[in-house]
Amino acid sequence: MFTSHPYSITAKLTRMNMLVSAVALALACGAFTAYTWLTFRAAMVAQLSVQARIIGFNSASALLFNDPVSAQKTLGALGASPNIMDAAIYGDDGQIFAGYWRGPKTLPEPLPQFDKGRTEAHWYTHGELLLARRIGPQAKPLGLVLIRSELGGLTRRLEGYAAIAAVVLAACLGAVVVISTGARRSVSEPIRRLAETARLVSRDKDYSLRTAATGSRDELDFLIESFNEMLEEIQQRDASLQQARDELEQRVEERTGQLHAANKELEAFSYSVSHDLRAPLRQISGFSRILVEENGAQLNADGRHYLERIEEGARSMGRLVDELLSMGRISRQEVMRKPVNLDLLCRETRECLRPEFEGRRIEWRIGALPTVECDAGLIKLVFTNLISNAVKYTRRRECAVIEAGQITLEGESVIFVRDNGAGFDQKYAHKLFGVFQRLHREEDFEGTGVGLATVQRIIHKHGGRIWAEGELDRGATFFFTLFPGKARRS
Amino acid sequence: MFHGVIEILLAEDSPADVELTLRTLRRSNLANNVHVARDGEEALDFLFCRGPHVARDFAAPKLVLLDLKLPKIDGIEVLQAIRANERTRLIPVVILTSSREQADVMSSYKLGVNSYIQKPVDFEQFQETIRQLGLYWLVVNQPPSEQ
Repeated sequence: MFTSHPYSITAKLTRMNMLVSAVALALACGAFTAYTWLTFRAAMVAQLSVQARIIGFNSASALLFNDPVSAQKTLGALGASPNIMDAAIYGDDGQIFAGYWRGPKTLPEPLPQFDKGRTEAHWYTHGELLLARRIGPQAKPLGLVLIRSELGGLTRRLEGYAAIAAVVLAACLGAVVVISTGARRSVSEPIRRLAETARLVSRDKDYSLRTAATGSRDELDFLIESFNEMLEEIQQRDASLQQARDELEQRVEERTGQLHAANKELEAFSYSVSHDLRAPLRQISGFSRILVEENGAQLNADGRHYLERIEEGARSMGRLVDELLSMGRISRQEVMRKPVNLDLLCRETRECLRPEFEGRRIEWRIGALPTVECDAGLIKLVFTNLISNAVKYTRRRECAVIEAGQITLEGESVIFVRDNGAGFDQKYAHKLFGVFQRLHREEDFEGTGVGLATVQRIIHKHGGRIWAEGELDRGATFFFTLFPGKARRS
Repeated sequence: MFHGVIEILLAEDSPADVELTLRTLRRSNLANNVHVARDGEEALDFLFCRGPHVARDFAAPKLVLLDLKLPKIDGIEVLQAIRANERTRLIPVVILTSSREQADVMSSYKLGVNSYIQKPVDFEQFQETIRQLGLYWLVVNQPPSEQ
């Protein structure tokens, strides 16, 4: 998770301000120092030049009359200038004529080369300024005065400046720190609050949080406002999403409740069918039997026949009630999928049905059926119905052929059960799976019309499809899948 | 066998079923002393010598044939009352009903029913069932001896 020092922006701002102030101050100091250095030196040169000119003027006669003592006196006046270290008057021959020394004698003798065309020259050596000036007219010079001055004044002045600059810099930086602390309230504090809100929103997903506006109508305020607006929008969307979800949930609950109620009603209905419809049937069957037993002798053949019909009707209705109830039970039953070896299941089913085809010639072709995730109990019921039908409708065949296997249609695994029995007209194929729908007469092939309807329910409960192909008197094939869309093998 | 002692208590609300059951028991020579109760309350009154049967000396029947769907007090409640009472809790009770709902079967067995039989719709099968049932519980079976 993103974490930051809460005052890093303040620190950055302070550092930046300090740096800018320091740089500005350094530049100002530098410029000022350079200016001072240049003007001070120019002033020194000018001062020395004036002094040299005065010395030269006053000592011209001394040179002319070869009076070094007088020249010495003139030079002595330089002692009033504290920065002048020494000075000398050179004769026309280049030898020192007279001199003033504060320390040991260090002026060069003879004088180094001096451009004849110039009246005055100055140069710097070892932090000292030397100035030479001719004495007498340019055309016929009498000699030369050389003054050496230290630059200590400049150094001291620059040192003073540096001290002042350091003090100002320190004061500036202090002021920056103080001003930045004040600025925190207007700049970094809102940013910090914004960052804190963003962090809380991202951590707690609580979109009801807001950052307080600064009220200063600047970019920061605009940013905070936009952020708050964004949160507002998210919160609204969240709320409407939650509402939609709640409504959906409530609707699902309602529907589930209705479904439960409908299921309960259905259960109550089948319970009462199971209990209340049977009793009258048993009575019809019972009393007609008793009538036959006790008063059979008084009845003629027709009467006995009718009574038998009554009994038969009751029996067949009893069967219907039973099958309807079992279909209802299957409809309510949940599909429990487990890997089932259909090959084994199919052969097992055939063995269970053996009493139905005892003594008949049937060629069984049970191909390799896959292992599939399905409800073993329900799918056994499917095979029971389909194989039992196949056995029933091939009854009139000398040699019946009953086949079960798997084919792949468009990448989908399809199970089929085929027989070469009575078959059916393909144009009635859609009626095969309806409850109580029969395509054969009861005298030809007995049945209730519930079996295939039950089979279809089971297949649909698995999400699969079932369909049939048939031809009258040639046989029928029932195809089914056990998964929605595509069959999966386990 | 003592005369006057009720051997079977038949709790059944349908008169037709009572008639068919009694006829079958009679034909099988098993219906010497059958008391018919037409609802759950009557069955319990008889068993516990209450109401109209207050004068009866308590004697446990050899068998109670109990329908589930009875007026006033249903079969399950009757069974519960029988099993809850010290004097009646050992009486063999057979549920004889049209229902074959698994829920009914389960709750009956949980309450300690001795047998659960669905009345067949087909009368011949019904007769055979009643005959075997009477024979088994009245003749073959050894009931708990009275103290």
